[in-house]
Amino acid sequence: MWQRLYEEVGALGFVPITVAFDSAGVAAARPWIESAKSTYPSLIDTGHLVAELYGMVNVPIGVWINEQGRIVRPPESAGASDGFREMDQKTFKMPEEAMASSRAAKRAYIEGLKDWARRGDESPWALSESEVLRGFQPPSNEHALAATNFAMGLHLFAQVNAAAAQPYFAEAQHLHPENWSYKRQAWALDDPAKAGGPEFWSAVEALGDKPYYAPIEMPTR
Amino acid sequence: MATLLINNQSHPVPSSAERPDALWLKTVTLEATTGWTLKPEGVCRDEVCVPLPHGREAEFVNSDSFNIAAFARYMGQPVLHDHPSQSWAIGEAAESRASALRSLHAPDFTLPDMAGVEHSLSDYRGRKVFLVSWASW
Repeated sequence: MWQRLYEEVGALGFVPITVAFDSAGVAAARPWIESAKSTYPSLIDTGHLVAELYGMVNVPIGVWINEQGRIVRPPESAGASDGFREMDQKTFKMPEEAMASSRAAKRAYIEGLKDWARRGDESPWALSESEVLRGFQPPSNEHALAATNFAMGLHLFAQVNAAAAQPYFAEAQHLHPENWSYKRQAWALDDPAKAGGPEFWSAVEALGDKPYYAPIEMPTR
Repeated sequence: MATLLINNQSHPVPSSAERPDALWLKTVTLEATTGWTLKPEGVCRDEVCVPLPHGREAEFVNSDSFNIAAFARYMGQPVLHDHPSQSWAIGEAAESRASALRSLHAPDFTLPDMAGVEHSLSDYRGRKVFLVSWASW
């Protein structure tokens, strides 16, 4: 989906860099990268390093970085919205209204990216420093400990076995419950079907009124 | 042998069965493993030197070794030890991640693509970078 955008505005000095949070590595990511036929960098992040550096707790999460290497939009949903929560879990069908709002959110985000590609920091989509700072959720000590537990879990999963890794994955999820990557990566390593299975849906339902993908800050000027 | 996960890398290190809360590394290997070196002014990495707390030096340094677990805890970094597998994980302190983000300077990283070619974010300086996560799961 980013390839078309890149073809359209890449010549304006714009480049997507995708990062796959996939601890199973190239084997897991390859089919998707090949079908995207991407000509921008598609990177593999088995240790979820970028997630930790930028405080990304889900996918797809985007961060916009200007020509000087300054962050102009903090981690936020990259066009995904909560419409999927209205999906029928058996037929995978979404009500028309939810589909329309999902499409609109995605379209708005892509239009925002194009505007930024054209106008850079002059684009209203490029946020001011204080707006970017407001969007960050600085990691707490619990989050730092969660990241260390997750790293230990990935190491033990690869070097020992799933049972050795499990308590560390569980602790990471307990310490940072808002981090969906910890949950879904651990489920996927256990059984790829699990990441989108009953465990996932019951965790989403447990959110109640809270968003899965928080709405993003839209331009006001 | 034990394993130490630190700075997103994995290193073989000597096991230290006698003290489960201490990980003593030979000072000659300290820099290659952790990035820290012992100097007269303290424990140094890049331009930063951390003086060891007065009177507690023996917790951190002996004749030829350095207790990286004790030092990391002193620095506010999470330290985990998985006894059965002899694995250690030392994470980044929350404050160091937070202050990096507060600077709004995009943290650099280097990761491979599918062909194993490494790319750093800084290679793309001068362009507008849309950094976006995804996953197969």
